[in-house]
Amino acid sequence: MQLSKPLKNWSGKIRSVTIGMNGNSIQAGGDDTLPFHHFEGTLAHKPVIAFEVQDVFPEKWPETVKTPWKDCLKDPVEWAKTAVEEFQAEMICINLIGTHPDRENISAEESVELVKNISSAVKVPLIIKGPGLSEKQNDVLNKCGAALSGKGCILSSAETDDYKTITATCQAYGHTLVAESPIDVNIAKQLNILVSDMEFPMDKVLIDPMTGSLGYGLEYTYSVMERIRLQALAGDSMLQMPFICYVGQETWRVKEVKVTETEQPLWGDIEKRGIDWEAATAITVLLAGANILVMRHPDAVNKVRKCINEFRKRN
Amino acid sequence: MALSGIQIFKLLPNTNCKKCGFATCLAFAMRVAAKNVEAEACPDLSDEAKEVLGAASVPPISQLEIKSGTEKVKVGEELVMFRHEKKFFNKAAYAVCVKDTEDISAVTEKINLVKAFNYERAGEVLKFDLIAVKCESGKPEVFREVLKFVRETVSFPIILMSAEPEIIRAGLDVLTGEKPLIFSANNYNWEEMTVIAKTAGAPLVLTCENGLESLAELADKVKKSGYENIVLDPASASPAKMLEDYTLIRRFALEKSFKTLGHPTISYIKNDNSFIKSVISTCKYASIIVFDDLKDWERLPLLTLRQNIFTDPQKPLQVDPGIYSVGEPDENSPVFVTTNFSLTYFILSTEIEGAGYSGHLVATDAEGLSVLTAWSAGKFSGEIVGKFMQRIDIASRVSHKNVIIPGYVAVISGELEDSLPGWKVMVGPPEASDLSSYLKEFWN
Repeated sequence: MQLSKPLKNWSGKIRSVTIGMNGNSIQAGGDDTLPFHHFEGTLAHKPVIAFEVQDVFPEKWPETVKTPWKDCLKDPVEWAKTAVEEFQAEMICINLIGTHPDRENISAEESVELVKNISSAVKVPLIIKGPGLSEKQNDVLNKCGAALSGKGCILSSAETDDYKTITATCQAYGHTLVAESPIDVNIAKQLNILVSDMEFPMDKVLIDPMTGSLGYGLEYTYSVMERIRLQALAGDSMLQMPFICYVGQETWRVKEVKVTETEQPLWGDIEKRGIDWEAATAITVLLAGANILVMRHPDAVNKVRKCINEFRKRN
Repeated sequence: MALSGIQIFKLLPNTNCKKCGFATCLAFAMRVAAKNVEAEACPDLSDEAKEVLGAASVPPISQLEIKSGTEKVKVGEELVMFRHEKKFFNKAAYAVCVKDTEDISAVTEKINLVKAFNYERAGEVLKFDLIAVKCESGKPEVFREVLKFVRETVSFPIILMSAEPEIIRAGLDVLTGEKPLIFSANNYNWEEMTVIAKTAGAPLVLTCENGLESLAELADKVKKSGYENIVLDPASASPAKMLEDYTLIRRFALEKSFKTLGHPTISYIKNDNSFIKSVISTCKYASIIVFDDLKDWERLPLLTLRQNIFTDPQKPLQVDPGIYSVGEPDENSPVFVTTNFSLTYFILSTEIEGAGYSGHLVATDAEGLSVLTAWSAGKFSGEIVGKFMQRIDIASRVSHKNVIIPGYVAVISGELEDSLPGWKVMVGPPEASDLSSYLKEFWN
């Protein structure tokens, strides 16, 4: 039986974004088809996984995700080196959570020292993530952005009511901007328009659609990503940016990764369950179009890498 | 595939005779498209138009049932490629596989675990749907014994797994009066398998590893022999092929109205990359998933994923209205009030715990709407919240009289204090993620 396959030919294409410096750069995005649809389009760049490193000891992380890191969690530079040398990180996300005034209130100057030290200790491209609190975030990201001028980092993140300072920082020092929106197609688009009105280059923008963990809003993230991707492929240039998804931070705080097997015998091994919780969240957002994932557990990362490699094979 | 009003209009005589009760043929066509009236209300419909309209009203993907004596599982009848377009209709049925070569204690353990897994989450019970019994012994009498044992232990509908007609017959003998799924017919045995399935009225899987064209040929042969109660199995070897095959089968059915592939699908997960394949099958279009070797710790993530993907996007998941304990609250713990939208509930409870607090979480009856939506719809006013808190007798749980409300609805504070005499309303942060710093500052 001869069948003419119902294949799609889209007019739009996801932009390619280059992160890092010459010689040590990575590209993300670039597909002209739905996620992993090798049978009807061109898959440009492989999705990238970044390991999350924090500027303070991650006290609240469950033991199961601390264990694989052994003693290095107290020293962010060692932590980053372990991620690259032992777990083959392609990228490091430095989460400057300790700069938040309600946390250790680390100063922007101290953060500059840290990001510089990590930048010289590892060769992979960096994501610098601020504490999310407008004034402090702008100060921290501006100073870190300046210190890493020309290194082609990713700075995270701009929101519709606070985007100008960080956009200007990225513009001045050649970084890529994360534009964050609360699971909403229109706001994602609006923010990209605002950023482009500042004449910021659109091939240096990533969309953070806001990731919900498995069981905690993942379906909203999944559907908003599918909608954005379909609109982008249909030609909407203000939505053609690659996605970045913060998977680790969402999954490792839910109840289901913390309850022991003794409390819930039918839930099975707590560590393996946590790994699968993170991996399932990651694979699901990959199926919806994620291009950069930020994750925590090395075994979950391995599983997701395997999935990405499988998807890149044709048969 | 449903026709639009204009497409229906083109099939009508265009005489505006009003015999259907509508002023014009166009008006009538629009009502037919909206399914307010049957096309047969037009007395002058041509035979050709009847045929087209009849074909269009058949669902593009058939629905079928797998039944035991007391339970049934429905699959198929999907209408969209993406869940945001409408919703996914029947959730993927999850089946756990046991083999007739396993010893009886292993079978017992597996089955009891499947039976015991019954976890209520966001108003839905997460559980498995089917037991697949696979014949690896090649002996009908062994298969029959294991099947009998399974049937005595659980009431789940069953999948009979063997490519040998003789084995399937033995299985059907044990399951009298049931409609198990027969897995499966292939290019060599399909004639005999189809006769067996037809006689038993049981749904039949068609397996073909050589691509969708061969699968369509097999389906065509079975359908031409008069049996439509079928499930498609492209037996895709790799994750990449799996995504391609199941996506294209669904597109053939929905976008090309290709009836030969307009049937539910099955995905048998075995060997390498089983967890990855399970996630892909759940998100991308398998109607039935058989797990050959599901690990203990994989159950909860997969069942939760299925709940997420198959939730109706237009109808938010709800938790039952009431008081929930977060952590181990006592009479001094804070009281939080929010709506019974499950996402709000989950996020809030995670944040409270994450902040290192225990608390009493009151989820009001707001029909599953989020806080702001419920407030603007008048379902989260100070009076409604106050009455609800009195009805559930929150005062009996705590020795203080403070309640924390979401920052976005600060406006209800006055009214809430009026309807809860003696209580002090504290306005929390607008976003749950800021709860940790809020509690540090305002709750000792």
